[in-house]
Amino acid sequence: MTWDFIQHGLARWIHIMAGVMWIGLLYYFNFVQVAALKNAAADTPPTGAGITKHVAPRALFYFRWAAVVTVVFGIIILGDKLDDALFFKERAYVPIGIGAWLGLIMFFNVWVLIWPNQKKILGIVPATDDEKNKARRVAFLASRTNTALSIPMLFFMSSSYLFHAPMFA
Amino acid sequence: MKNPLDSLWGTVITGVVLTVVLYYLARIIMGG
Repeated sequence: MTWDFIQHGLARWIHIMAGVMWIGLLYYFNFVQVAALKNAAADTPPTGAGITKHVAPRALFYFRWAAVVTVVFGIIILGDKLDDALFFKERAYVPIGIGAWLGLIMFFNVWVLIWPNQKKILGIVPATDDEKNKARRVAFLASRTNTALSIPMLFFMSSSYLFHAPMFA
Repeated sequence: MKNPLDSLWGTVITGVVLTVVLYYLARIIMGG
């Protein structure tokens, strides 16, 4: 098996699959779970315990590790063009470079802001009610930031052709 | 002012606006 086949065939395939899982779960959290937990908390008695106990930890596990796989295989795809992309050294790599930066910022948010704060919220690490409330806000805003960033990120991942085609005839 | 990220639609609109801004920025970096 050639390195070219691994880099541009298998790595791309795995990068996309892991990316679908990462962003899919991000959209699940933002489009489904946040609103569902809010409604569940308003029930008498509150009905969100099952989501918090059984769904959220599993979703977060696949979410954060899919982020790792996506980034690692993205780096493999770029290979020796990684610095051309990240530092905009070559014109053709500017769009994917912007996409890669957005993905790296999102990766940082997952591991530095979302996951450590979710551990407090879910009771995986001990935290006071005050710390939990603060953690909830930070994790929420980081997650929403990632949802917003995913929109241009996916555009730049998929649309380098647009930079070589006129917008209007 | 309300944080647009507090609402789902605010988040989506923020993402779309950022896409447009970055698209034109990319074109500038690429030399038009």
